[in-house]
Amino acid sequence: MGKYLVMIYDDEAKWAADDGSVMEQNHKNHQAFAEANGSAIRGGGQLDGSETATSIRADGNGGYVVTDGVFAETKEVMGGYYIIEAADLDEALAIAKQVPSPTGGVEVRPLVNGG
Amino acid sequence: MADLDTQEIAQAVAEAHSTEWASVLAATARVAADLDLAEDCVQDAYAKALVHWREQGVPRKPGAWLTTVATRRALELRRRADVARRKLPLLVPVEDVPDGTFPDDRLRLVFTCCHPALAQEAQVALTLRLVCGLSSAEIARAFLVKEATMQARITRAKQKISRTGIPYRIPRADELPERIEAVLDVVHLVYTAGHTAVDGDGLSRPDLARRGIDLARMMRMLLPDSAETAGLLALLLLTQAREASRVEAGRLVLMEDQDRSRWDQGLIAEGLELVPEALAGRPDVGATVGRFAVMAAIAAVHAEAGRWEDTDWGEILGLYDVLLARWPSPVVALNRVVALSYVAGPDAALRQLPDDPALATYPYLASTRAELLWRTGRTEEARAAYEEALAFTSNPVEAEFLQRRITRGA
Repeated sequence: MGKYLVMIYDDEAKWAADDGSVMEQNHKNHQAFAEANGSAIRGGGQLDGSETATSIRADGNGGYVVTDGVFAETKEVMGGYYIIEAADLDEALAIAKQVPSPTGGVEVRPLVNGG
Repeated sequence: MADLDTQEIAQAVAEAHSTEWASVLAATARVAADLDLAEDCVQDAYAKALVHWREQGVPRKPGAWLTTVATRRALELRRRADVARRKLPLLVPVEDVPDGTFPDDRLRLVFTCCHPALAQEAQVALTLRLVCGLSSAEIARAFLVKEATMQARITRAKQKISRTGIPYRIPRADELPERIEAVLDVVHLVYTAGHTAVDGDGLSRPDLARRGIDLARMMRMLLPDSAETAGLLALLLLTQAREASRVEAGRLVLMEDQDRSRWDQGLIAEGLELVPEALAGRPDVGATVGRFAVMAAIAAVHAEAGRWEDTDWGEILGLYDVLLARWPSPVVALNRVVALSYVAGPDAALRQLPDDPALATYPYLASTRAELLWRTGRTEEARAAYEEALAFTSNPVEAEFLQRRITRGA
């Protein structure tokens, strides 16, 4: 058994164009996903928009540079995550395929040493 | 005498390497629960065979002997605490292995090597390394990359397997058709890389082609109910049957001009027998007719034509229509146009040549246009198109062929 982080990537521009109906359906889909996979889910949450992100980089002299914005600029940004526990990658991928991500997709990464 | 013995033993070990490697490694990997450890143990077993077989004779079942030696060593090494700490737990849990009998784990090994979470080039490299037993140096040579590059590719892939928990098992039934497809794609790639080498001295690298056919035969044996596996094996056999007549005295010979008496009738018979089964599909594995089955059917139509003039182009065009509808690609569209030219004439075919940016530097697009132009009598335009194809090919045998076309009738 090991733990995997499932990162949900979505296109925020598409969400901005939503009149609320897609969002509502998405909430229902996440509830259904959580009910169906409750025994594997160890955590998760929805992130606020990327405009709320703050990035911090070490400046190499013992200090920090704090900047507004996400760490890496991409079209799809991480909007939420789940931590799941699975026997192996195949089982983790089978669960991750069910994660709702209507305008993007998900990335699956194992936690080191099984989390 | 001693030298002869040494030679005979070396030959027996080499033979066991090419026929038993996959089974021995697959069984050892289950016990070792670690691919690197399993590889080390199997290599060690082959080294021991060189010594022991000379003293005690070649065992009746070389594969079982090698598996016993390799798994025993794997168990021994696993018991050492440092090894257990060094490695991440990876494959299936160690199971009790009754003496002398080992389950056939080759499917587990193949599905692990061809897992979709690995890049396809890594899948190909791992399969050649772990299933075929080729060294990194040999694989690097076959794909014209530096050995260090290939070694790094293989190491990265093995690390991804252990760190992400890619399982050492046969996929669930609902995943199986998709996963079989991934394996067959890799086997097809191995074969085609050998069949039409892009660079290098000759037109083909026979060893890779042979490995591809060996892998396809193995998959057929392990998955007798998979229609698409039958389709791929049929396709490779029917393609390989024409191999001897493709190049004469270092010159590429088009199928139109090939000496069909040199086609390998044994391979053709074996391939033709598989085609009906491949086309029938099997509802029990959830598969309809697959891509390789349709491609095999096209190869079968060629194989069944005693002469070029007897080719049933209507049938071939129909099969390309199926391919294009289900698996559209610019290359399939181009091949369909060639079939069309023999059904509806070169003028009609010229009008349907694919105009796809993906083919902009594809030499076969220019050479096909050249052939069609030549057949309509537009020889000057044909020569220009041959020149264009020549600029895009890097295969010396093909380049020589195009050069002859350019000077033809001049």
